[in-house]
Amino acid sequence: MRQSLLPALLAALITLTVACGGGTPAQQDGGAAPEALITLDGSSTVFPIAEAVAEEYGKAHPDVRTPTVGISGTGGGFQKFCRGETDISNASRPIRPAEIEACKTAGIAYIEIPIAYDGLAIVVNPKNTWATTITVAELKTLWAPEAQGKVMRWNQVRASWPNRDIRLFGAGVDSGTYDYFTEATVGKEGASRGDFTSSEDDNVIVQGVSSDELALGFLPLAYVESNRERLKLVPVEDGKPDNGAGPITPSAETVRNGTYQPLSRPLFVYVSRKAADRPEVQTFVEMFFSRTDLIQEVGYIELTPQIYDMARKHFADRRTGTAFGEGGSQVGMTLEALLAREQ
Amino acid sequence: MKRFEFLIEWALFLCALLSIGTTAGIILVLAVETFAFLREVPITDFLFGTEWTPLFATPSFGVLPLVSGTVLVSAIAMLVALPCGLLSAIYLSEYADHRVRRMIKPILEILAGVPTVVYGYFALLFVTPLLQRLLPDLAGFNALGPGIVMGIMILPLVSSLSEDAMQAVPRSLREGSYALGATKMQTSLRVVLPAAFSGITAACILAASRAVGETMIVAIAAGQQPRLTWNPTLPVETMTAYIVQVSLGDTPQGTLEYRTIFAVGMLLFTGTFLLNLVSAWLRERFREEYA
Repeated sequence: MRQSLLPALLAALITLTVACGGGTPAQQDGGAAPEALITLDGSSTVFPIAEAVAEEYGKAHPDVRTPTVGISGTGGGFQKFCRGETDISNASRPIRPAEIEACKTAGIAYIEIPIAYDGLAIVVNPKNTWATTITVAELKTLWAPEAQGKVMRWNQVRASWPNRDIRLFGAGVDSGTYDYFTEATVGKEGASRGDFTSSEDDNVIVQGVSSDELALGFLPLAYVESNRERLKLVPVEDGKPDNGAGPITPSAETVRNGTYQPLSRPLFVYVSRKAADRPEVQTFVEMFFSRTDLIQEVGYIELTPQIYDMARKHFADRRTGTAFGEGGSQVGMTLEALLAREQ
Repeated sequence: MKRFEFLIEWALFLCALLSIGTTAGIILVLAVETFAFLREVPITDFLFGTEWTPLFATPSFGVLPLVSGTVLVSAIAMLVALPCGLLSAIYLSEYADHRVRRMIKPILEILAGVPTVVYGYFALLFVTPLLQRLLPDLAGFNALGPGIVMGIMILPLVSSLSEDAMQAVPRSLREGSYALGATKMQTSLRVVLPAAFSGITAACILAASRAVGETMIVAIAAGQQPRLTWNPTLPVETMTAYIVQVSLGDTPQGTLEYRTIFAVGMLLFTGTFLLNLVSAWLRERFREEYA
């Protein structure tokens, strides 16, 4: 054992010399080369954005290792984050009280940054003439676990709809989209009927709904945008007049102004306070604010410029903690409201 | 020289061992994971349950909807492949001119060379919309379209193997039949066909086992909804399509959900294996020996 130590030490010394001597300023400030790697983990919903930003960052800084992005889910991501294993945690909901506690115990402070909106759309076949609106209560009737094998026809959802079969399509059970849909309609995350076509591949849902007059499905809103002629959007009525009266058609506009509720939500990244001092992390995080074209590209909705400005300011001020007092998934919250509350 | 022979013998033996070893490995992996699965889910629930929702919050592990989906699609495929395949085999073997046969047979066999993913999209984007004109209530994903396309896919298997079996019937039998005054049709159906029965049955069962194991067509075009039904116009999910679906998602390794695919795989393997055994047995049992 003792004998093998010397060559290893020598090797480490050489690596260090090379890294410091030939390295870029970013690497020198960040210390030894391995530390320069930015690690992200968390929500699969946020993953496409984080991955796109990481790729662009890697292209712009070829001398630095491209950040790694894991998919452990929002909860799994926070577990690692609060153990200090990752620099940035991707989240499709605000941090929960238990997670706040865990981070506090471990002495991990974090900066909360909203990066985009995620919207869900209810879609039917273009030939469907009757489903012109749907209420959240009707969605619950249709998708609740009790509906399995019972609510099988359109007129069971609304009496004026035809007495014909209804065929359901939805996101796969492992996806964040499914979690949020069940949370927002049925009221419990992960609780739904089991007798629908559930696919991780959104194209299957598009194909299924666009080729079946009797189909109804839910999809990420951005996915509908690129299949506009093949699907028909159903405006959703949440029964709360204070955030826009009547049924609201989903669009980037109605998601941003918070009237398309409850099927839209903000997405976040949480940056560790310690990592925020590293210049490469600062450059990386800045790209979330400046490269908003990437957000559209991977199928999400950009925030308003004011919110990006606010987030940028929070990050520059190293403002730690969460703006969401209660924490966890909150259906029907808008970032504007939060902004107002903060000022 | 002797040593060289010895080396070659060993190399040949190792080649044979490789495929046997692979089979044994597959069976072992399937068995181990299935055993782990069955420790958590009683085998009666698995085999006789009528609801298959292993990934949901309240999971049930009844495999019957997947079995019914598989049987339904395969049955439709066989309904297409058997008559068409058998009739074309009779034509090719008994009626077709030598030159015609030499041209048609390879063309028919091209069908078997089309990648199944192409067949899948053919079913989804061509056959199903065509059928929807006849049956307006047909769902976009259904058992009928992929069933028919799968029938077309296994047709060459049926016709080619059946034709081989009929060709193997000795000429003297046909000549004897003609000498008794039988027509061509009578000779084909009452002499040649029964004489080639074992080979034809074996071909059909092989085709059935191919249909049961077919993955890509059903994964693309049949939908992904486990449903216990015999209605071919609705979306169904076969055992193979379920395995594909889980493999594509991000189900964590080593969980019960993950093991379901091995349990389903084991059932599928057992099914096709039994079919192949029956096919081999039939071939032996009903073989007509002509010296």
